[in-house]
Amino acid sequence: MRFFRSFVTVSSLALLLTACGSGESNVVSGNREGLLHYGNGAEPQGLDPHVVTGVPENHLIRALFEGLAVKNPKTLEPEPGVAERWDISDDGTVYTFYINPNAKWSNGEPITASDYVWSWNRALHPDTGSLYAYMLYPIANSEAYSKREITDFSEVGVKALDDLTLEVTLNAPTPYFLQLMDHYSSFAVHPETLMKHGKMTDRFTPWTRVGNIVSNGAFTLEEWSLNRRIIMKKSEHYWDRDNVELNGVVFYPTENVVSEERMFRAEQLHYTQVVPLDKIPGYRESGNPSYVQAPYLGTYYYLVNTDRPPVDNVLVRRALSLALDRDQLTRTVLQDTAIPAFSITPPDTLGYNPPKLFDHDPEKARQLLAEAGYPNGEGWPGLEIIYNTQEAHRKIAVAVQQMWKSELNIDVTIANQEWKVYLDSVSQRNFQVARRGWIGDYVDANNFLDLFITDGGNNNTGYANEIYDDIILNRAPKAKTRDERYSLFYEAETMLMQEMPIIPIYTYTSKHLVHPSVEGIYPNLMDSLNLKYVKLHPERRLNGEAN
Amino acid sequence: MLRFIFWRLIQAIPVIFVVITATFFLVRSAPGGPFDSEKAVLPEVKRALEAQYKLDLPLHEQYFAYLSDLSNGDLGPSFKYPGRSVNEILGSGLPVTAELGLYALSFALLIGVLAGVFAALKPNTRQDYIPMGLAMIGICMPSFLLGPLLVLVFGIYLDWLPIAGWGDLPGDKILPSITLGSAYAAYIARLSRAGMLEILSQDYIRTARAKGLPEWRVVTQHALRGGLIPVIAFLGPAFAGLLAGSFVVETIFQIPGLGRFYVQAAFNRDYTMILGTTVFLSTLIVFFNLISDVIAAWLNPRLRAQFKGAA
Repeated sequence: MRFFRSFVTVSSLALLLTACGSGESNVVSGNREGLLHYGNGAEPQGLDPHVVTGVPENHLIRALFEGLAVKNPKTLEPEPGVAERWDISDDGTVYTFYINPNAKWSNGEPITASDYVWSWNRALHPDTGSLYAYMLYPIANSEAYSKREITDFSEVGVKALDDLTLEVTLNAPTPYFLQLMDHYSSFAVHPETLMKHGKMTDRFTPWTRVGNIVSNGAFTLEEWSLNRRIIMKKSEHYWDRDNVELNGVVFYPTENVVSEERMFRAEQLHYTQVVPLDKIPGYRESGNPSYVQAPYLGTYYYLVNTDRPPVDNVLVRRALSLALDRDQLTRTVLQDTAIPAFSITPPDTLGYNPPKLFDHDPEKARQLLAEAGYPNGEGWPGLEIIYNTQEAHRKIAVAVQQMWKSELNIDVTIANQEWKVYLDSVSQRNFQVARRGWIGDYVDANNFLDLFITDGGNNNTGYANEIYDDIILNRAPKAKTRDERYSLFYEAETMLMQEMPIIPIYTYTSKHLVHPSVEGIYPNLMDSLNLKYVKLHPERRLNGEAN
Repeated sequence: MLRFIFWRLIQAIPVIFVVITATFFLVRSAPGGPFDSEKAVLPEVKRALEAQYKLDLPLHEQYFAYLSDLSNGDLGPSFKYPGRSVNEILGSGLPVTAELGLYALSFALLIGVLAGVFAALKPNTRQDYIPMGLAMIGICMPSFLLGPLLVLVFGIYLDWLPIAGWGDLPGDKILPSITLGSAYAAYIARLSRAGMLEILSQDYIRTARAKGLPEWRVVTQHALRGGLIPVIAFLGPAFAGLLAGSFVVETIFQIPGLGRFYVQAAFNRDYTMILGTTVFLSTLIVFFNLISDVIAAWLNPRLRAQFKGAA
């Protein structure tokens, strides 16, 4: 039995070898070395700004790259990025960007205006298939180019006047255009690097790998271990490197939110992407300052298919909405981590506040339902809510089902569907009521209101209103002042909420755990973080412990 | 023996072929596609994407194109991770999952065999009931419960071991290995107890005892070889099961292994990734079953005789 004995020896050795006590935590070593340990939610699809979409990707790309203008992390106002300044023509349609002569690629080469022309050609080119190509559609002729209606990129409104001057001509004044310059779909890539690995429009080349990638942000890519971690180091060529405090950042694909929270408690992370709902009351009660919650530019709502009975009747839709006690829902089911919503645009979206046309009013709801022909729920044909399989969505659907039953005496069924099946049902409009969320790409009511233009790709409700379309597509973009524009939005949104093709439920909040040693992460509406402003203070400990 | 191995290999080919074909057409028939996302995809963008991945070809052409790539060992590009091939993703995850599986299996064998033998020596006494009762709990306890429990005790309260990661911090491989291995340890304990009980009642053991050999020599030199055959037969499927079933443990402990990719691929409708992992894992399962059959045959003279008779 030599086999058995040697086996026992080998396996005990193997276990012993790995069993040395846990040494220093990531946070302690990170604070000493200036290394931020960052929970990033998921493994990124990739790092090519014109190919990938998603929140974890956004965090990584914005650490590696920088746009022409960036957002101030406190106020979200635009401030200089690659462009040291810009001029806007009086009619608001021509932007001239003056590129900072010190702005460099991570290989030391200067960034030029023609790099932007090349990159935007790539981002808009139909062969690239960028999902976010539409972010550049405010630029004159860009939509036609992206849809192959024109093929000559020189007709698109972007020109390099000289090495450091970029002129961009828009279709209409677009007050949020500077914000789009901080979205990764508008970032420049290094043309020579991409061409070394393939064609301009290739999606699959290894140009973003460690050793290949050339970027222009505060950090450069050092290591990318699939599903394990991504390590970035402070860039040597970044124009503002003197103001970058961190020496590097380690991003972890923390998909499992429960593990992520435990990693935070064990000081393996400085920062978590989310906080599990059931842990939040504990953090609040103990007054733990690590828990940071802030309003977030996103709305959770139910889509209503306006072509399917009984919800094809606007009276029914309004009755359903009035019967919901959103305060109770956000307080109990959501543990005060959400804000009741009565319209699609989140409150105070850059000074714009949406109309509030109704409140919880069961009496009125019953009356409307009776007018629609279902007094006290009699003759109710039934209704189904679909949602993608997730515990949080289920809890909300159950609460809604309960409220409709008790207030209106109507039976509603709820059905979960696997993510892609649910997406298919929604896009095929194969539902009566479907759960939906929308997170803004930029801070402007337009980003929420243009969802519901007739046949819009994200409309999905069958809602069609010519006056609404006219306001959003023609009148608002031509508005002379911000007040005029906002009052047009208000008018359109009022129309939308009278017709109720959606039932708004709540406004999202962002929720993070932030280690006390971290300074420079400010809560804001975009949950936008600029790592270049982050600083570590080793003396500040978790729970004031002195270990 | 060689003929037996050869035959089993020949039989494996149609099995794997059926797996590929069934998986290929089943994933295509599932609703939703790899490019569906919460934000509507513009039709022209979708066309460009489908062209880049050859999804615009008729389905049977895609199938034959896939088979032809597969015969060259190319599992295609991933849909979810543009710029990465399925081969590359499998290549990065496999060593980690294999290492985790190996540690888990080592742990399972060490604990399982010891407990099983120990229990079999004094059947139906406390020495039997306690380890077997624990084994029953081990089989019943799912890893999504055991993992977080171990983390709470050893990671958070006692602060002895890191609670997540793989090879980042010293000792971070211990908890996942134990979590993954414990269900197998329990199963192995029951198998080795049953095997040992059978052998210990054999005449040659009685002979050995009658010769006056000390009990530990009876066990180690005479009984173990026969008693552990059921365990050996279990090892092949167990290792394959560990590789394919490590998803939960990999998720709890943030381990960059295969399991997470495998499960996410299905959710993402990452066609090539689903196919690649399925083909790869089914091949492994067939292969490990073969190996454990061969080892069992080599250890057991009765089985060996059977193969000879059959061949």
